[in-house]
Amino acid sequence: MSADHEQHRLFLPLVFVGGLIFGFGLGFSQMAQPEVVLSFLQFEDFGLLFVMFGAAVVTGITFFGVKQLRSTAPLTGAVYGRRLKTLDKNVVIGGGIFGVGWGLSGICPGAAYASLGIGNYAILWGIAGMFIGAYIQGFWRSTRADHGLPAATAD
Amino acid sequence: MTVTLPVAMLAELFPNGISHYAIGGLFVGLGVAVIYLGTGIAAGASTFLESTLSYGSSLSRFQRYRPSRDWRVVFTLGIVAGAAVYALAFQDGLWTTDVQWWRLLLGGVLIGIGTRVGKGCTSGHGVCGVGSVSSASFVGVMTFLLIAIGTAQLVQAAGVSP
Repeated sequence: MSADHEQHRLFLPLVFVGGLIFGFGLGFSQMAQPEVVLSFLQFEDFGLLFVMFGAAVVTGITFFGVKQLRSTAPLTGAVYGRRLKTLDKNVVIGGGIFGVGWGLSGICPGAAYASLGIGNYAILWGIAGMFIGAYIQGFWRSTRADHGLPAATAD
Repeated sequence: MTVTLPVAMLAELFPNGISHYAIGGLFVGLGVAVIYLGTGIAAGASTFLESTLSYGSSLSRFQRYRPSRDWRVVFTLGIVAGAAVYALAFQDGLWTTDVQWWRLLLGGVLIGIGTRVGKGCTSGHGVCGVGSVSSASFVGVMTFLLIAIGTAQLVQAAGVSP
């Protein structure tokens, strides 16, 4: 999305509605409760598989289906594309660090925001931690980039 | 016996049933789909962390997300509000976790580092990336899923609860 692009007046309202449905789903699925995520990771309840795969199936059908009907999005004019990232060692290193954090706490970014919505104020510890972690890696990568060192590639 | 065995196994694998998990997952996917259909954007939840830091930090790594930072705040507020709608409709008062604060904080720090280095989280890789049949996302999801399972089981074995 270009910053210069004249923003459609329905752009932000639509993003909000999408977030609303997304957050409702995280609440309804109980994934906003760290205990439920931990019980999945500890093999006590495999139901969480249905949340991730259910969501991915709906998304996949949408991503591939819409291209049969039209090529660009009505509110931005952006071409409908897939979410593709370069596969390199960062995906594995970052994924590994993410996995340790997810397994330790039972939270992930989207579910943490939703957790706040169901009244779980203790999740602010986790959200504060995520900002600290994002800052640490951003500081490190920006400093390396400014000194011309081989910084981790952009995503 | 031939009928009851699979049923008993299902009850053991899914002690709380599957319907609320599946319905919740469909809503999560629908939220992503609504944004994608209107804007062409495959929205993940964790870029918000870096894009929001751009309001207060001039580091180049955060400033590159400046063009998307406003709508990412709106997306996150929507997620909080949507979960609040669920809570008002189906939940008895506030729900709070018993997981200890240091687990949330330390886990959060690792998640903040890992998701940005690894190019995505459970929604970016797990939902949008898998939905895009992206090999990077399949690798990302398998990596964080297996490591998270190992970590959670180790923490449990070490007697840390909740």
